[in-house]
Amino acid sequence: MDITTIIINVIAASGLILAFIKNRKKTIQSLKIAGKSFLKILPMMLIIIVAVGLLLGFIPPNQIATFVGEQSGISGVLLIGAIGAILFIPALISFPLAASLLESGASVAAAAAFITTLTMIGIITLPLEIKELGKKIALLRNGLSLVIAIIIALIMGAIL
Amino acid sequence: MRDWIILVVVSIIAVVLLSAFPEKTGATTAISWQFFIEMIWILPAVMVIIGLFAVFIPNEFIVKYMGKSSGVKGVFLAFFLGTLPTGPLYIAFPMAAALIQKGARISNIIVFLSAWACISIPQELVELQFLGFNFMVARLVLTIIFVTVMGFLIEKMIDWGETKQTKKGVKKRESIVS
Repeated sequence: MDITTIIINVIAASGLILAFIKNRKKTIQSLKIAGKSFLKILPMMLIIIVAVGLLLGFIPPNQIATFVGEQSGISGVLLIGAIGAILFIPALISFPLAASLLESGASVAAAAAFITTLTMIGIITLPLEIKELGKKIALLRNGLSLVIAIIIALIMGAIL
Repeated sequence: MRDWIILVVVSIIAVVLLSAFPEKTGATTAISWQFFIEMIWILPAVMVIIGLFAVFIPNEFIVKYMGKSSGVKGVFLAFFLGTLPTGPLYIAFPMAAALIQKGARISNIIVFLSAWACISIPQELVELQFLGFNFMVARLVLTIIFVTVMGFLIEKMIDWGETKQTKKGVKKRESIVS
């Protein structure tokens, strides 16, 4: 269990206790909403769990690092962006991964693109995003995130 | 209901793939299990927080600080809220949905989600360690700039879409009446 999980649970627990003291009825209402939301999200979460297991089980991340390191130029940046969009890795791990990309010879632009697309775009989590935020926001956000990821990457490649 | 059906389909695909490549079963199940545990520890707490939020925080509060007229203040607040946690992005989706329902403007939500995704203090420290000061600062500044722009752009695009729909609706009614 990492620190984020602990913090979130502490916040939830303390929030719940405070709320209960302040207004019992409303707190129970909150719990009902929480329960309903949980059930609504559950199947999608399970789908993501299976999909992630398959994706990362069949294509281990370190293989990706070696493959990606060998790409170069603008097409390399685009390719890495695409890979980042599809992958599903905790953001914290993305930095050491990006560092190993640089070591394998990838350009600064490629590493930057990788981080931005990896963290901001999620093909696997897209169905959940569409469900929560609606098709328009979800598609626009992921699509434009890809565009700005590339722009940011190219600028960084130019100035660094 | 439909989601459960898709779950069954995906599970069948998984079984088929793993029967074809049995050597991958160990890695796949290990990863899925680990992810499941992570999720089970964090998701209920997040749902509770959202439930409390939905019931206890008045809409007026959100509208005032993150709604249409909140201006620069709203953008800052959105960024700030997004950089606090270091959790995976998909947890932010229900929170963002709750904020929208309460009246936050779309550009701020986009900023919130993007900040959550790739900016947070502990994360930046790790980035500093592995990729160097220049890289970290450059990415941070550029991301902030472009994410804000993207936020407004997306909000504009969604507004145009909705205005077109309303105009179409009005035209239809006019032609029926006359």
